[in-house]
Amino acid sequence: MKYIDEFQDPELARRLLDDIHATATRPWALMEVCGGQTHTIIRHGIDQLLPDNVELIHGPGCPVCVTPLEVIDKALEIAARPDVIFCSFGDMLRVPGTGRDLFRVRSEGGDVRVVYSPLDALKIARQNPDREVVFFGIGFETTAPPNAMTVYQARRHRIPNFSLLVSHVRVPPAIEAIMTSPSCRVQAFLAAGHVCSVMGMDEYPALAERFRVPIVVTGFEPLDLLEGIRRTVRQLERGEHTVDNAYPRAVRAGGNPAARAMLDDVFEVTDRAWRGIGTIPDSGWRLSARYRDFDAEHRFSVENIATREPAACRSGEVLQGLIKPHECEAFGTTCTPRTPLGATMVSSEGACAAYYLYRRLGVTPTKLEASPVA
Amino acid sequence: MCLAVPGKVVEIEERDGTRMATVDFGGVVKEVCLEYVPDLAVGEYAIVHVGFALQRLDEESARQTLALFEELGLLQEEFGDPWEAAAAEAGTVPGPAVKDEAQEAQR
Amino acid sequence: MPEPTLDITGWTCPAPLRETPRIVMGHGGGGALSAELVEQIFAPAFGGDILAQLGDSAALTLGGLRLAFSTDSYVVRPLFFPGGSIGDLAVNGTVNDLAMSGARAAYLSCGFILEEGIDMPVLARVAEAMGAAARAARVEVATGDTKVVEAGHGDGIYLNTAGIGLIPAGVDLRPQRVVPGDVVIVSGDIGVHGVAIMSVREGLEFGVEIESDCAALGGLVETMLAVTPDLHALRDPTRGGLAAALNEIAAASGTGIALQERAVPIPPTVGNACAILGLDPMYVANEGKLIAFVPRAHADAVLDAMRAHPLGAGAAIIGEAVEAHPGMVVAHTSLGGTRVVDLPVGEQLPRIC
Repeated sequence: MKYIDEFQDPELARRLLDDIHATATRPWALMEVCGGQTHTIIRHGIDQLLPDNVELIHGPGCPVCVTPLEVIDKALEIAARPDVIFCSFGDMLRVPGTGRDLFRVRSEGGDVRVVYSPLDALKIARQNPDREVVFFGIGFETTAPPNAMTVYQARRHRIPNFSLLVSHVRVPPAIEAIMTSPSCRVQAFLAAGHVCSVMGMDEYPALAERFRVPIVVTGFEPLDLLEGIRRTVRQLERGEHTVDNAYPRAVRAGGNPAARAMLDDVFEVTDRAWRGIGTIPDSGWRLSARYRDFDAEHRFSVENIATREPAACRSGEVLQGLIKPHECEAFGTTCTPRTPLGATMVSSEGACAAYYLYRRLGVTPTKLEASPVA
Repeated sequence: MCLAVPGKVVEIEERDGTRMATVDFGGVVKEVCLEYVPDLAVGEYAIVHVGFALQRLDEESARQTLALFEELGLLQEEFGDPWEAAAAEAGTVPGPAVKDEAQEAQR
Repeated sequence: MPEPTLDITGWTCPAPLRETPRIVMGHGGGGALSAELVEQIFAPAFGGDILAQLGDSAALTLGGLRLAFSTDSYVVRPLFFPGGSIGDLAVNGTVNDLAMSGARAAYLSCGFILEEGIDMPVLARVAEAMGAAARAARVEVATGDTKVVEAGHGDGIYLNTAGIGLIPAGVDLRPQRVVPGDVVIVSGDIGVHGVAIMSVREGLEFGVEIESDCAALGGLVETMLAVTPDLHALRDPTRGGLAAALNEIAAASGTGIALQERAVPIPPTVGNACAILGLDPMYVANEGKLIAFVPRAHADAVLDAMRAHPLGAGAAIIGEAVEAHPGMVVAHTSLGGTRVVDLPVGEQLPRIC
């Protein structure tokens, strides 16, 4: 695909890697915030190609993984109702709530449907006026505008049987939470490019300055990741800490004003619990009062479902790079990709899931020999 | 977070008062909502996430980025960081520009 | 903004799902859940050495003849899709399962489970598709059965086919025969069937000029065996795609499998559709492809023979069996890194992140 294939070129990747190897003289710990970036890193084996002294810490940027247990339980309760068609992005179906997941609800008779876009859910609502259609609105700043537009359309076109179960999260408060954690090892951030496509970069200079960390807005293809890492390492080596845009083809300084205006109309900032991490102040969005009629929590009276996440795993420490996944007692025993205890094991690109695979090779990811076969 | 891919706008139409486009992703065609990038024209590229165009893909920036990767390792020994050299030449230095904003925000 | 107060040591996680008390879709997905079902319920209940081999088809000796015997059920939605229908799948799928034992399918049975209310012309179209597929594969549908279930208890038509065929003398195709050094060949572009189906599935619809690769592979296998009967193993990478098939062979043979990712033939449209949906083409289903484990000495000749056959024109060497990482599939990426290609857990789901 144009503008993807070019950014996977092995020869250019080699040049970027050479530059990183030549530049990095001291140990550095970088966090890529976004799960999509982690996916690219694992998928292409980028972590094994970096110098030993450049460590990537996989951040909490997988919206599926960090959706709190309580919200999953609300989703399960709503999806099990006979009058409801529950629509969701595919990757939410496997995430465990208390005792079950959406697959289980479907096996018990719930009408749970996978859609590609929230607009598909709105279409289903139009086609089924006698059923309640609920869309599971999760995600970061990238996914929030599509969900906001959908509920805006539902209100404008008066589609009374549509509602949204909202659990949106915001990146900057998460960065702040990670950096204020007393034992934080993160020295720089690769900011999530597509979040910045929407939000721009206004929120980052204050963070870069306050915590004295470089923040480099980074894309998602292998060359984008390598360029983000390259620029970050350069800043670290020079003792700089500025906000830099390594993804200019998709990110403007002011983001997308139309999308930001819609977000301001439809949502309001709220505290949000992150699965495996805890509550982070102001780190989420909920529907604003104007859209309360379209709030599934309100419509189905699940506001009072409160679930406490039982202590079991140490994914919080993994997310901060304080421990390696295999240093957690639950790793590989009670916690596996089939039976995940925490966010980092739920997602195939989570740090624990990646380690779980590589441990069977008898090595840690960074020590893998990167030798071609033939 | 946020799998978004670049696609080319091949057709635009208003549907129920909503601006929609047919977008081609290298032979795979999907309907995409253009409400957030309303001035996007046929032939241009958009960054698309869950059926929504979220930003125009700036083709010139993409070309420049690739050109700078090409030069990496060739120019570096002579001229230092090619990124900064090229950016300075173009009068747009993304990093320091934002850094200025940061300093302003601090003041 | 208030200062976040996070107690790291107090960070918590949810309790896991320890078991699935009911069948979920993933149990039919051909991945880890399917394997558990067989291991924990079917194999203990049925016993028997032949079943324990868990091949695509069973190799039997009966009255001095070596037979391949296989059955498969078909529950595809929609019934008709670009490049085929449930009828084509039902014939070709079982013919291919037999072919993976080296057998040319001779006879098929066919069971219809029909939902009350389905239109007669729909059934007729499916039956005609089956007949045409059977003629093309030179196999005879010799026996059949029809049952009807109440409206709302099925997706229109479910099919089951079983088949038998003779295994030629000197042919012994089993994953257990795979040894380090064997060359892995795939017969052509992967992921085509799965993408064709997804393109017409409700909620995911997209436009793509791609048709299912659904085809009977008996002829291709005969061509390959004519080069040498000493092929070690064949697999048709259907549900779970290349990843599931390779993992099954790695597990059964105890060897590692090393792939060169760049050598895996993925058509651009398949790659692009997967990029949009967040899927990995290695996990997407095929219905007219096979992977072969071939002793190195024969690899070039087998590859040439495959490329001369219409269903193997796009054949390519994609990797080899290795002594390292026994039981695991490891892909070497085009950038020079590696990644583990694991058995899929359940259904492939579009992801947003």
